[in-house]
Amino acid sequence: MNCLWCHEELIMEVNWSNVTFPTKVQRICEICEKELVLLSGNRCRRCSRETESDVCNDCLWWENYHQGKDVIEYNYSVFQYTSHIQDIIAKWKYRGDYELGHIFEKTFYQHFQQTFKEIKNAVAVPIPLSSERIQERCFNQASMLTAFLPVRKLDILSRVHGEKQSKKTRQERISSENPFILHQTLNNPVILVDDIYTTGATLRHAARLLKKAGCTNVYTYTLVRG
Amino acid sequence: MTPKVKTTDRIPSQNLRQYAGKLLLQNEIPPELASHLTQIPSIKRKVLYHECQRCGNQKKFLFGTIPCAKCKKLHLYCRNCVEMGRVMACEPLYYWSDEDSIWTSYDSPLSWKGTLTDTQQKASDQLVAAIIEGKKEFLIWAVCGAGKTEMLFQGIEAGLKLGKRICIATPRADVVRELKPRIQEAFQKVPVQALYGGSEDKEGSSQLIIATTHQLRRFYQTFDIVIIDEIDAFPFHNDESLPFAVNRAKKERNTTIYLTATPRQNLRLRLALKKLPHTFVPVRYHGNPLPVPTLKICYSLKKSLRKQKIPKILLEWITNRKNQSRQLLVFVSSIKLTKDVKIFLQNCLASQLGVIVSVHSEDEQRVEKIELFRNKNIDVLVTTTILERGVTFPSVDVVVLDAGHAVFDEAALVQIAGRAGRSADDPTGDVIFLHDGKTDAMVQAVHSIRAMNRRGGFSL
Repeated sequence: MNCLWCHEELIMEVNWSNVTFPTKVQRICEICEKELVLLSGNRCRRCSRETESDVCNDCLWWENYHQGKDVIEYNYSVFQYTSHIQDIIAKWKYRGDYELGHIFEKTFYQHFQQTFKEIKNAVAVPIPLSSERIQERCFNQASMLTAFLPVRKLDILSRVHGEKQSKKTRQERISSENPFILHQTLNNPVILVDDIYTTGATLRHAARLLKKAGCTNVYTYTLVRG
Repeated sequence: MTPKVKTTDRIPSQNLRQYAGKLLLQNEIPPELASHLTQIPSIKRKVLYHECQRCGNQKKFLFGTIPCAKCKKLHLYCRNCVEMGRVMACEPLYYWSDEDSIWTSYDSPLSWKGTLTDTQQKASDQLVAAIIEGKKEFLIWAVCGAGKTEMLFQGIEAGLKLGKRICIATPRADVVRELKPRIQEAFQKVPVQALYGGSEDKEGSSQLIIATTHQLRRFYQTFDIVIIDEIDAFPFHNDESLPFAVNRAKKERNTTIYLTATPRQNLRLRLALKKLPHTFVPVRYHGNPLPVPTLKICYSLKKSLRKQKIPKILLEWITNRKNQSRQLLVFVSSIKLTKDVKIFLQNCLASQLGVIVSVHSEDEQRVEKIELFRNKNIDVLVTTTILERGVTFPSVDVVVLDAGHAVFDEAALVQIAGRAGRSADDPTGDVIFLHDGKTDAMVQAVHSIRAMNRRGGFSL
């Protein structure tokens, strides 16, 4: 097997523990893996941002925006938004190199187990792409990430085509109309899955719909904290 | 120039020129045009492997499987050329055959007024003959600084007179950037486009094109004449997909011209077997021999590099150089070392040497820095092998630090030595290989430089 990013050959160590209990294999070499930086240290309880305060100002603003009760319980992100991961994500998402998503498979699974294992009857809902965008890219990166997780996956959201989020400013993101449509009501706790948490506006649009439809708690799980 | 196209009523009257001879993805063409273009399968299944029909990739790990949302099937896509747009197994590749288009036959396209030396003229005549006869292949083996570009002019002129479509391909973007103005200057009436990653020209629709070999992946049976400059350079000789691309970009009846100063084993073998018509230009245009490198041993070389000190022997050499006004070009083996060496040269010798700058392939200002060095605004340039070939600085001394490193193979060392003494005003230059143990590559490099000098009639 070769490293998905630098194409160097990977040599797997074979020992008793991985012969008897096969684990998820890492698809990236050690050097490339080292450049992926995990979020660590003190972080905002709500949005996973690295900060000294307990809840960051943005999250307080969101709480205020929703009259004292934010629509998401909390967001958990795995990686820092470094230029290295930015390159990987750009090639994965925009150039469409689908296989690159497997770089994150192991870590994304592990951190899910650490963070969301306690939640009973949870279902994972990926943030959808508009039908135009899916025609262009041929796959949904959030859906791919959701498939790595050991919980039930439900595609119950759809999205109206609009401009790319990454091209908008913070103000535009927050004030934009809700682009999502919910097709089914459910009363389980929901974990929304996406690749990047930047302002949290997209995820909160989706969360608001779910809450209205009767979901008890909405959590969000994202790969990168932008 | 616009090729005249036999337009039928069926084809929408669009600017077809930009599609002439191109190999395209479905999303690169307007949908209404799709039915008029020839379709070929994008990923071919062979007996034991698959082959991407755009880049020629056959490696299993460079194919990915994607659950395609468009065709709702699990199928292959090519990961090797994904940067140029994804090739999907469920979509064909399209090309618009260039056969119907007629390119302009120029009367006298060459506006260059310079003259060639006798040896250059001889090579140039042979090239012109090869192009007019329509020979399949022809090799020009010319030493570094022989004036290869000038020798091409009359050949290109002959091709343009016959109304041929010509491509000058080279593995390196730096060389494309340098060639573009020189070729455009020589052929002022002929539109010339330069294609490389991030170039301003994107269309690739002109009759005369200068391109990196990577860019030729976009073309399909288009060129009558392909001139491959620096055929032995990285990555052409160790990436099989590039010769694949070049071969496909040629028309069935074509002439391929190879240019090199340091032919590799495979070419040398064909030369020895007389399977490849060629001409050898052993003298530089100013008639002086190639500078022969001096090997200097320095036992503590690796240690000093680790401890960020300059080896003493290098210090001595720098202070005792014959011609202190020459600029200094220092080659090192890795990107990391460029910065280190720059810093410790600055610490020790800044007053003596002046402005010291480092450059490498990932440097954003690399183009500007090379330009500054050429204009003598920089005195010392510390570089990786990116500057080993295709660039001309008038008056430099050259140092290779740790010449025993694997990146400096024989071809690289001969090319590096060829950076010195390139102008007629200062036709000599010192070349120093600093090493901690001779390698075959170093010995071979010196040997072949001497051999070339002998063939040029110098008894050194």
